[in-house]
Amino acid sequence: MSSRDLILGRVRQALVDVPGDEATYEQAVSRDYLRVHGSLSTAETVDLLAENLADYRAIVHRSDPGGLPALLARLLGARGEPGARRVLVPPGLPAHWLDAADATPVPDEAGHTAHELDEVDSVVTGCAVAIAETGTLVLDGSPDQGRRRITLIPDHHICVVRVPDQVVSSVPEALERLDPARPLTWISGPSATSDIELDRVEGVHGPRTLEVVLLSEG
Amino acid sequence: MSGTFVGMPAFPKAAHEAVHDDTLRGNLRHATHTIRDKRARAVDELADFALLREAGKQIKDHTLRHLDRYLVQLEESVTAAGGTVHWAADADEANRIVADLVKATGQSEVVKVKSMATQEIGLNEALEAEGIAAYETDLAELIVQLGHDRPSHILVPAIHRNRGEIRDIFAREMGSWGRPAPDGLADSPAELAEAARLHLREKFLRAKVGISGANFMVAETGTLVVLESEGNGRMCLTLPETLISVVGIEKIVPTWRDLEVFLQTLPRSSTAERMNPYTTTWTGTTDGDGPTTFHLVLLDNGRTDTLADTVGRQALRCIRCSACLNVCPVYERAGGHAYGSVYPGPIGAILSPQLRGTASEIDASLPYASSLCGACYDVCPVAIDIPEVLVHLRERVVQGGEVTSGGAKVRLKPAKGHAAERAAMRAAGWAFARPAALRAGQRFASRTRRLHPRKLPGPGKAWSASRELPKVPAESFRDWWQRTNGGTTGKSPNSGTSGKGGAAK
Ligand code: SF4
Repeated sequence: MSSRDLILGRVRQALVDVPGDEATYEQAVSRDYLRVHGSLSTAETVDLLAENLADYRAIVHRSDPGGLPALLARLLGARGEPGARRVLVPPGLPAHWLDAADATPVPDEAGHTAHELDEVDSVVTGCAVAIAETGTLVLDGSPDQGRRRITLIPDHHICVVRVPDQVVSSVPEALERLDPARPLTWISGPSATSDIELDRVEGVHGPRTLEVVLLSEG
Repeated sequence: MSGTFVGMPAFPKAAHEAVHDDTLRGNLRHATHTIRDKRARAVDELADFALLREAGKQIKDHTLRHLDRYLVQLEESVTAAGGTVHWAADADEANRIVADLVKATGQSEVVKVKSMATQEIGLNEALEAEGIAAYETDLAELIVQLGHDRPSHILVPAIHRNRGEIRDIFAREMGSWGRPAPDGLADSPAELAEAARLHLREKFLRAKVGISGANFMVAETGTLVVLESEGNGRMCLTLPETLISVVGIEKIVPTWRDLEVFLQTLPRSSTAERMNPYTTTWTGTTDGDGPTTFHLVLLDNGRTDTLADTVGRQALRCIRCSACLNVCPVYERAGGHAYGSVYPGPIGAILSPQLRGTASEIDASLPYASSLCGACYDVCPVAIDIPEVLVHLRERVVQGGEVTSGGAKVRLKPAKGHAAERAAMRAAGWAFARPAALRAGQRFASRTRRLHPRKLPGPGKAWSASRELPKVPAESFRDWWQRTNGGTTGKSPNSGTSGKGGAAK
């Protein structure tokens, strides 16, 4: 007998006490928990996002389309002594966003080895959904966000969130908007560990600095 | 289960040593108290936490009660998304499958995401025997691996180590595994984390095979989910060409939407955060993004036997948040190693003897590694009634009875060397016959208060010889609340008919 049949047989044997007319999945689970915690206006929801992002040590900026290139140029220029020199960009990132920056854009290419990605200083991406209640950014691999690894290897990630379009209040609202067939990365603050005496330390493996630009329509 | 723990002394013996280890007890007290206070605040932030907890319990219960259907559905979805599904009845089979898959890639090293399932089956040791080096990449697991040590906590496996010890381990061991620790390494958490970053990065960047577990598998979509903090998980899940995930068959949820419950309750219960820093979800393989080959190994290893026990099966709801460890007075004093299993604390005390059976001395003693205070039940985000299962397992150890082992029904003899417990259990026999009295451990403990010895008999003796047994309150808070309508009747908790009334509710 295959292990598959063996295990499924054991499961069925173990469940002989379960009556045939058991409640269906829909009946078995009560969904009376809240979909959203509190009732905030759109602007308040964006403020809550900013507050919760900052609480987990992300650095939050606000901008409008006109001011974005200058802001990104400033943030990249402030990295280390010469500033960020090489900046990874996903294929669908609006090119003019980096117009004012000194750094060389490095397009994300399939052929790049992990070692090559390790040579870049920063990465700039868009975002799929941001969750206000938890201070979470979700990337879904769309063209303005790129593959999962590009936001992982560089030490500095700037994520641009269009507000209020891309902002939801809660985890249930976020899941509803996301496509499970895509590979997703949920980011809440920069990489952190509490493994040594439960002292929180930022940045073990992922980017040690996460900057979020809340981009309003302007 | 893992060969790592073979030869472990029974709980009381190991606990006896642990309570005399001042460093260990200091580390543990600091850690558990810090995290339990934070958890309470994180949970209080959600007004509907109790409802989320109930929904989580219902989702898991429903899934377990129809597990065959959901396993088949999961297999179909994963396969349709480009993954390959394997089934492993026990640890040996799972290890063999993984070793063969690694060998087929031509590689001799793998990077690992922290995973309880692979620890449970002793995968690292099995791979080593096949000439494959498995590198743990979670900081705490790295500390444990470099220290030739065993994990002692589900969430923070190196909780028993302080910063000075970690510095020494890094300085001494890193060089023989790869990039050595920097000269003059100090013991600040930031410097230690930086040393780990440099040491591990060279492994991540060249890794061709990653091995993980999963927190959840979605039957409907075939999606796997891993929650983590450091980014080492993302490294292992996205950089290698081949990804192999070994996951217990109980980790299924039916639908994508179900994640909305657990992504709210797990981080808050576990690290006391609104959300953990990183969560990765993947569904089979995606062209151009992440591994090109994905294998899912579905692991039984005692889970179907556990499922066959109508009282004990609720342990399979566990989402490994570790909240029960942090509130447990026994865990706080004894430490994780005393449990002789990769699952320490209250959940370990009910899960290990079910997964492995109660034949060994350590497993027979685990159901006694509790004061039945009920704190573990109160914090559990899927409402596992750990005290109820503990009492159930004590009864099994003491009296024997019918259990399922390796899929077959067997009659268990009363455990040898437990004559004292047998007597104690006979005395408490009236309570076992009244299931309602067992609904919550603290209530049970209150009612059998007079029966509680000041020192534990049998295997509990060594533990209690060095500890005063916690006093059991005359009446549980819950009973007092119900009886006095939340204090509005003006009765003090100590007045009135403690221990009487309400047993049949
Ligand atoms: S038993 Fe409950 S509290 Fe303990 S680890 Fe599992 S889910 Fe968490």
